[in-house]
Amino acid sequence: MSIISKSATQQREMLRTGELTSVELTTAYLEQIKSRESAVKAFVHLDEQQALDAAQQIDTRRAAGEPLGDLAGIPVAVKDNLCSQGVPTTCASKILSNFIPPYDATVIAKLKTADAVLIGRTNMDEFAMGSSTENSAIQVTNNPWDLQCIPGGSSGGSAACIAADFAPLALGSDTGGSIRQPAALCGIVGLKPSYGRVSRYGLVAFASSLDQIGPMTGNVEDAALLLQVLAGHDSHDSTSADVTVDAYVENVTQPLSGLTLGVVDEHYGEGLDTEIKSSVEEAIRVYESLGATIKHIEMPHASYGIATYYIIAPCEASSNLARFDGAHYGHRAETSTFDQTSTNEDALTRMYRSSRAAGFGDEVKRRIMLGTYALSEGYYDAFYLKALKVRRLIRQDYDNAFKDVDLLIGPVTAKSAFKQGEKTSDPMAMYMEDLFTVTANLAGVAGISIPCGLTAAGLPIGVQLQSAPFQEDKLLRAAFMFQNTTDWHQRRPEF
Amino acid sequence: MSSPATQPTAGTPYTVVVGLEVHVQLKTNTKLFCRCPTTFGQPPNTQTCPVCLGLPGSLPVMNRHAFELSMKTALALNCTIPHFTKWDRKNYFYPDLPKGYQTSQFDLPMSEQGHLDIFSEDDEFSDKQIRILRAHLEEDAGKSMHDEAAGLADSRIDLNRTGTPLLEIVSEPDMRSAAEAKAYLQELRLILLYLGVSDCNMQEGSLRCDANVNLHIDTPDGTIATPIVEIKNMNSFRAVQRGIDFEVGRQYKLWQKDNQVLGDMPKQTRGWDEGAQVTRAQREKEESSDYRYFPCPDLVPVVVTDEEIQAMQQQIGTLPADLRKQLLGDHQLTAHTSAVIVNQGLGFADYFLALATAINDSRLASNWMQGEVLRILNEQEQTIEQFKLSAAELGELLKLIQSGDLDNSKAKDVFAVMIESGQPALGVMAALGITKVDSSQLEELCQRLVDNNPKIVADVQSGNQKAVGALIGQARNENSNVDPGQVRQICLALIEKI
Amino acid sequence: MALTRDDVEKVSLLARLQLTDDELNSMTEHLSQIIQYVHQLDEINTDDVAPLAHTLDITNVLADDVVEDGLSREAALQNAPQRDEECFRVPAVL
Repeated sequence: MSIISKSATQQREMLRTGELTSVELTTAYLEQIKSRESAVKAFVHLDEQQALDAAQQIDTRRAAGEPLGDLAGIPVAVKDNLCSQGVPTTCASKILSNFIPPYDATVIAKLKTADAVLIGRTNMDEFAMGSSTENSAIQVTNNPWDLQCIPGGSSGGSAACIAADFAPLALGSDTGGSIRQPAALCGIVGLKPSYGRVSRYGLVAFASSLDQIGPMTGNVEDAALLLQVLAGHDSHDSTSADVTVDAYVENVTQPLSGLTLGVVDEHYGEGLDTEIKSSVEEAIRVYESLGATIKHIEMPHASYGIATYYIIAPCEASSNLARFDGAHYGHRAETSTFDQTSTNEDALTRMYRSSRAAGFGDEVKRRIMLGTYALSEGYYDAFYLKALKVRRLIRQDYDNAFKDVDLLIGPVTAKSAFKQGEKTSDPMAMYMEDLFTVTANLAGVAGISIPCGLTAAGLPIGVQLQSAPFQEDKLLRAAFMFQNTTDWHQRRPEF
Repeated sequence: MSSPATQPTAGTPYTVVVGLEVHVQLKTNTKLFCRCPTTFGQPPNTQTCPVCLGLPGSLPVMNRHAFELSMKTALALNCTIPHFTKWDRKNYFYPDLPKGYQTSQFDLPMSEQGHLDIFSEDDEFSDKQIRILRAHLEEDAGKSMHDEAAGLADSRIDLNRTGTPLLEIVSEPDMRSAAEAKAYLQELRLILLYLGVSDCNMQEGSLRCDANVNLHIDTPDGTIATPIVEIKNMNSFRAVQRGIDFEVGRQYKLWQKDNQVLGDMPKQTRGWDEGAQVTRAQREKEESSDYRYFPCPDLVPVVVTDEEIQAMQQQIGTLPADLRKQLLGDHQLTAHTSAVIVNQGLGFADYFLALATAINDSRLASNWMQGEVLRILNEQEQTIEQFKLSAAELGELLKLIQSGDLDNSKAKDVFAVMIESGQPALGVMAALGITKVDSSQLEELCQRLVDNNPKIVADVQSGNQKAVGALIGQARNENSNVDPGQVRQICLALIEKI
Repeated sequence: MALTRDDVEKVSLLARLQLTDDELNSMTEHLSQIIQYVHQLDEINTDDVAPLAHTLDITNVLADDVVEDGLSREAALQNAPQRDEECFRVPAVL
């Protein structure tokens, strides 16, 4: 078995015993990238030499008996919306094509302290807005399972990376499903932590009350490994939770006895693809065979998730993206494009408008416009305030559910990976991709997507487990139980 | 609660209505949402970090001390402190605002409904209370400087100031004249200085004031209100007073021409031009400001308990109004003298109180504070904290005046040498050879002078009292320690007896 | 509840976006669709429901007033589209 087919957990052990060096491991991944990346296009920036140099340094330090971090020598790919000092951080947008942060995001600093080998930066939907990675201003990423299909989004690059064995570990971010949905469409594991579990400092904000950074990996124990490094309180993030971090790695392989799983009736509506429905139902039967009890749960406001999300997220985004104005960093339009004689606006206003028009893609503009409108005078109560109220009702649905069950189980997406271009002309159709994932962000609960099947066409299907806030330990252990009984997580595309 | 009843300004058919918005930079070590220093006057863009630069991915963390200073100030202004407060984003585009929004407070500010009392020393207006609508905590923006070098019209942006904590204090439109507005500002500034929450330096921008002005005009058809104008860019108390006065005149003249009333147009903004001493209309914005306020999702609310409010109330210490009461009541000073002392600040007032207690004579103490001490402080450009003599040391000198060992003029000589040499009063007296002249010695000397100067005596007897000055001069030549006042008194009495 | 093209133009100014004629047209259509969709929230009675702005129930996150190292001027200006030795430069602020 090739080294890149092993889990990061196994690789870590082999590195520790000296059976494997980081240079060997990193080289193996770089070779895989070399042979397959032109087909997949997961990366927007590859740090080949730097990765090998870092790997070499880890090997040297290890040989000298120095203490090393928990991810020492293991390659990690990072979504391009996480600020990395001295490294271009573009968010797959033209407006940041030349932006180089002078500081590290907290999670990046944590990866560095853990001695991870940062191998490259992955493609995404521009500013994390999208469900297919087609909104990237840089390139399209192809689903390794079917190169004509999308990998999901917005963390499509990271998902494709894991599916194509370009790295054992990757970071994504999830605002309405952007880790879980691409994980499901690419047949890998993706976890969105509870809101506040992982610091957002250095994550280029899309929707501040919804964003979370999380692990995207080939299996559950690796997700535990990565989450262990990322989780924890950060004094730089006022919304960071000061809650003890559980021993995810230590506990992940321990099954849960007496597990009760809730099946949400509202998830089984008309739009759900029959193949996905049967895969998810099969997964539920697997849990039953492992001793879990299944209960039916009602979440009366679940169907309002999309409407609620598509008010709150664009409103916050319209404010978060106001800083991209061409004044202090990022793209500024050429002076000739805002010649003052052409309108009666002052040059400064023209500069703002031209720079932002040139720098942002269509979907980003659409959401900025939507958010600006919804927050504008006279509309605040009808839209934003209303959405915040429904958000509370959605949260209450979860709180009530978790009184009865340990975890929720259900589909991640209504359909498997669709073809490129299929939904790009219909924004609302694209938004419906988030149907089963947005409520977790709105409520602040944790969710994990794990592979549970393949369609007849050979495309991955994922099943989602959701937990009450700060129950990632339970989530991971339950996910591992399923993984331990099945082998979907070991499937990789042949290409 | 509506504005206090308006009375037209004497001699005019209108009432002036003024409200003031004051922004105070709080004297914290670090900015409101990051730990960059807030030092004034540093080279551009040398006090920044990802947070105050508004770099992508940066997040704010509130400064505890800024919140505490705000609370202290609000309590000193008699405001209510709600138990729950939060921050909101005020969204607009401007190059000195790198995030594209200012973090401020909209519907749930950290304090509201206070007041402060103003009075006029010159009786320009009667004592009144000005209500304060609210005081809230927000971040400052950066600075833009116009640059026309090389024929370009550019602005240069310095973000050092971005993120500095500001307390915005908004009054109700209770002021009825520029004089009242000035008094409000002065008293507010004094309170802030006494609290130690700000440097309150209008030239440096740590205290800024905008005025909202309009007129209520009496017409045969009833009272009409002119459109409200906001005046900005007044950088001194005098500018505030003049700006308001000018604006009042301008609005009345304009109304007489165009009859525009409140509601006919949106609030206009005008800038005060110090050079020309006029207000000028500022450029109209493309769209009327729609700030799209919403709660900042990156910050969590602050909850304040009654215990915390009470604890902060205890920390307030003496305020100018308390001190004035104390000086007038316990020390029987005049209103003018007490104002002089209070206006010099808490340190000066504390010194006075210590001095007055030490010598048990408020009058003498206040004379010297207003006179000699203030003179030295002004000459040396010192604060009372830097003054070379402690209250106890100065007290020793004043006690010698009280005992008659020194007259006022000699005391001033000793005072000067005490400051220069650092020696105590008695030591300096000895060094200068000043001793009290015994009364029989003095009598004897005066008698001799009167006996030996018949011409001068005749002069005095003929009605020219001033001629006795020559005798005083002779007495001083003979013994420099004589008190000229006493010599004059004794000589005149002796001459009278002749 | 559709938006007019005029509404969209006004919003584009507020948002500092310059839209072409085609973009204005498609934006009007798409935004109208989305607005119409989100209006389904009106079906829900939220009279007695408090808004949920933060999913984490925390308050009073306050830091000590102690200076920490920031960025050098060079680092601060490093990404400026236009700058001089000391400052960011933008078209004149009137």
